[in-house]
Order: sequence, then C-alpha cells, then structure tokens
Amino acid sequence: MSVRESTSTRLEVDLANGGDTGILPVAPPVRRRRTSVGARVEIAVLVGPALIVFLGFVIFPVVMAAYYGFFSWQGYGPPTDFVGFRNYITILQDPTFQEALTHNGIIVVLSLVLQGPVAILLALLLNRKLRGQSLIRVLIFVPYVISEVVVGTGWSLMLQSNGAVNGLLEKVGLGSFSQDWLSNPDIAIWTLMVIITWKYVGFAVILFLAGLQGIPEELPEAAAIDGASFWQIQRHITLPLLAPTLRIWAFLSIIGALQLFDLVYIIWGQYISSTAGTSTMATYLVANGRNAGNYGYGNAVAVVLFLISLIVALIYQRFVLSRDTEGAITDKGTK
Amino acid sequence: MTALTTPAVALPPAKPPAPIKTSRRWGTPVAYVVAVLVIGLMLAPVLFIIIGGFRTNAQITTDPSGLPSVWNIGNYLDVLTGGTFWRLVGNSLIAGLATTLGVVLLGLMASYVLARYTFRGRGILYAMFAAGLMFPMTVAITPLYLVVKNLGLMNSLGGVILPQIAFALPTTIIILVPFLKAIPDEIQEAAFIDGCSRLGFFWRMIVPLAMPGVITVGILAFIASWNSYLLPLFILNNDAVFTLPLGVQSFASQYSVDTAKVLAFTSLSMIPALVFFALFERRIVGGLTGAVKG
Repeated sequence: MSVRESTSTRLEVDLANGGDTGILPVAPPVRRRRTSVGARVEIAVLVGPALIVFLGFVIFPVVMAAYYGFFSWQGYGPPTDFVGFRNYITILQDPTFQEALTHNGIIVVLSLVLQGPVAILLALLLNRKLRGQSLIRVLIFVPYVISEVVVGTGWSLMLQSNGAVNGLLEKVGLGSFSQDWLSNPDIAIWTLMVIITWKYVGFAVILFLAGLQGIPEELPEAAAIDGASFWQIQRHITLPLLAPTLRIWAFLSIIGALQLFDLVYIIWGQYISSTAGTSTMATYLVANGRNAGNYGYGNAVAVVLFLISLIVALIYQRFVLSRDTEGAITDKGTK
Repeated sequence: MTALTTPAVALPPAKPPAPIKTSRRWGTPVAYVVAVLVIGLMLAPVLFIIIGGFRTNAQITTDPSGLPSVWNIGNYLDVLTGGTFWRLVGNSLIAGLATTLGVVLLGLMASYVLARYTFRGRGILYAMFAAGLMFPMTVAITPLYLVVKNLGLMNSLGGVILPQIAFALPTTIIILVPFLKAIPDEIQEAAFIDGCSRLGFFWRMIVPLAMPGVITVGILAFIASWNSYLLPLFILNNDAVFTLPLGVQSFASQYSVDTAKVLAFTSLSMIPALVFFALFERRIVGGLTGAVKG
C-alpha cells in the first residue's frame, strides 16, 4: 500500500512543481535521469551553504590576490595605482626573494632526501610483528600533532647558544661542537631541516605503514619460500608495491616545503630569517606584504608562490604520479 | 584493510615455514632497538619542555640540559591559576569546536549531494571543491584578511572560524564522497518505499551510516584549527581573543627572561592536543590512509 501512496504523492509533488518527470510513473526515484524541481531545491539547500562559504573565503580571495597583484596599494580604499607587471618584475629581481626561493628549493630536496629513507626504514621495521606496535606508532606521530608554535618555542629555547643542546654537548665532552645553531648562516638551514625532519617524519612513517598494510601477505611469503632474504624481499617486492604511496607522500612533502611558513616565522621571526639563511617565499610574503604595508606587492608574491607550486605540481603529476594510472598491481580495485 | 582478511594459513609442506620464521626472529631485536632509539629522539624535545617546566630559572641557566634537582611545581601552578591560560584554551576550544561543527555539517550536506544525486554540473562542482586543495591559505591570506575585515569580523573568533571551515571543505568532501557513495542504493530505495523523504533519509540514514567518516573528518578539522597559526596571526590582534598558539608565542616573548615559566606554559598548551590525539589515534591514522588511497 505504502508503495503506491509514496510514489503517487511524489508524482503529485513533481507535477505541482512543473512536472518535468511526469513521464516516468513508477521508476524508483534514485535512478531518474532528469532532475526534478524538488530535487533541485534540495540540491541548492544542501550544497548552498558549503558553496557560499567556499566561494567567499577560498575562491574569491584567491582571485582577488591575482587582481591586487597588479596594483601598488597600501590597503586603504580601492586600489587605483595600476602598475601592470611591475610588482612581478620587482619580485623576480629582488635578491632577497631569490634567496628565499633557493632556500625553498633546498628544503624541498633535503626534506625528500632526509625523511624518505628514514621513514621507509622505520616503516619496514615497524611493519613486522612487534609488541606494543600501536604505542610505538602513537609516539612516533606525537611531534606531528603538536602545534608549530609549541615546536618552535621549545626548539628555539633548546638551541639558544646557552641552551640545552650546547649544554648537553659540553657534558658529554663534545663542547667544541657547540654552535650558535639558530643564527650562524652556515648552520641555520640544517638546524631547520633537523626540526622539520623531527616534526614530519612521523607522518611519512604512518603513511608508509598504511601502504605496507595494503600489500597482500602472499607476495613476500612466496618470495621467502623461494629463498629470498628479508632485504631482498623489501627491495624487490615491498618497495615497488609501496611506490604509489611514496609518490603521493613526496608530492605532499614538496608542496608543504614550498609553502613552509609557521616554523621559520616562529623560530627566526620576520627579520632574522633572511640573515640566518632560512627565509622562505611565505615568510618573504608576510614580511614584505602585510608587515611592510604593501598589500599589492604581497599579493603579487602570493601569486608567484602559487604559480611555482602549481607548476611543480603539474610537472610532478605529469611525470611521476601519472605512472600510477598506468596500472600497478595494487589499488586499482579500490578506486 | 584487506590484509586483515587474507588467510595466513598456507603452510602444508614442512620445509617452507622455516626461512620465514628465522628471518623474522633475526629482525625482531633490531626492530626493537631502532624503535626505542627513534622514540627516544622523538620524545626528547617534548620531555625537555615538560621537565624544564619543573625547574627554576637559576637551574636552567647553570645547567641547561639537566634534570630538576628539586621538582618544583610552582611554574605550572602559576600558569594554571592565572587567567590567561584558561582564556586561551577557551578561545581555542570555541574556534576548534565551531570549525569542526561547521565543516562536518556543510561538508556532509555537500558530499551527500555530490555522492547521491545525479544532476548536470555535478562533476564541475566536485572538481571545484577538489581544486581547493591547490590553494593553501598562505596564498590567499592577504585578501582573506581584507574579506574578514570588510565583514567586520576582525578580532573576533568568527573571523577565524569561517575561513577555516572554507579551507577544510576540500579535504572533507574528498574523504566523505566515496564514503557516502558506498552506502548501497537498496537502503535508500527501502527507505523511500517506507515513505521517507530524501531529506529525512539524509538525517535518519546517511548521518548515522557516515559516522566513521564524519569522525575522521571532524578530528582532522579540530586538530588543524587547534594548531592553526597564520590565520589567527592576521585576524586576531587583541589579547582577549587570542587562541592558544598566539598566546604561547606572546607569552614566550613577554616572559622571555622567565624560561622555566615559558616551558611550563608551552607544555601545558600541548596537553589538550596530545590527549585528543591519544583518544582518537586510530581514527586519525585511518582517515589519513583513506585520504591517500583516494
């Protein structure tokens, strides 16, 4: 009974609303091809709020950044002083920006080189049956969960010239190694890399462990039966099967390194970072944009930063991630 | 996930199991040693912050890397009894909870439409939300600041909450859409046959069935909001509305001479995130895995 009732009321509603679905009498509502007016209203009500917030706070600001970037503008009133590409020319010719870009490049490469192998080794070791495995995972992930401000404050206290790191070196008799870790321009970027590795390697380990768990146990077992050693199995079976996860991690890591801001800004502040050799494009953006009152210029920097990330992302997508769509053994089924 | 269900009982012949077992036994002690070492390295800085809070400034100056000679809880008590810390926690909680609620609600509604309605423009809509992943907040921060200023939301938590919701939507939608797509059509048909409207179906069936995904997404949004720094730095200039990260930073510069107190303040401020993480660790890790596998 209820079948008849519900379909007939639905039909009536549809007809009352303009009835462009009146032709399909008893078809189940899910499978309908055309969208009825009622459904349109539902769609609007359900997507509307998310769409408004997203357009207003993500898309609109991004578009405006591109627009403001063509003006010399201090943020008061509407921008009127159109300067064309002059902001962009200034940025690209500014040695401070070029330095920041170089630092970003170094950070991108070193993040991959330092975190990748360490995380793979850790994930391979932790993927074996261990007691307290879940506790180990939680603890490795701890630095990732702590906020950048806490990490930055804690590390900068430890690394001060009279801080705990130098104190510890002195105690174990390596006092000659103590350094001005934060302000010596030869060392500062390495200090930054140590902190970055410490903070983000847990994330990589967790991703890799998840990837490893997706590898069917039969493959390494079969190889073991054929007499392959543990490391041979890892090298020739596990790693190739882990490759899609590795590629995605590398992608996230590269993008994150290009947009690095919080840690540098908190530890080195807005002025010291460039003399210590740790400034990044994002700290340059904030220092020369808002802090200097040049909103037009700051937006142009944001556009450059975005375009660089986009180009890198597209190249990566084209040459590295595209391998994943060419049919690996794993993951095809789950997509 | 599939690894759990694969049968590990394929050992009829006598020879094969031996090499597997030996290789596992050989590796285990090494794995433990490495694990302990790594955990030591990971936790040392955290312990330094926590233990440092129990020392006095004099101790820290004379021996920066030592243990407290007398465990002194004065710094912690000072922070906990002062109003600043609790006000910051309150602000961070409000911002975090409102962001989470907003992201979950808006994200779930939009994902429901994207997953279960067929209409023209659906692909474009999904692609647009997904493209949001390409725009980090750093890029849009100055215009975002102007938008918030024009809305009169400067120095109010609302000015932080709304943009955070917007920037969390892409991840949320990307995680939730496959989740909602996986709910079988039969359930929906059965509900409709029993006279359930589409919106009723959303509240009574989709929301409960999507709970695991919703929790993952909510936790990610909460932690991101709890730790967020750049946006509050631009929007909040007034102590009264500072969130925890801004508060920690301003405390650290204000009391830069009083290292022990800064350490106590810093370690107290990481406790909520750590507790939260410990409670929901499985969900978070599961969510990240799901997000990566697409």
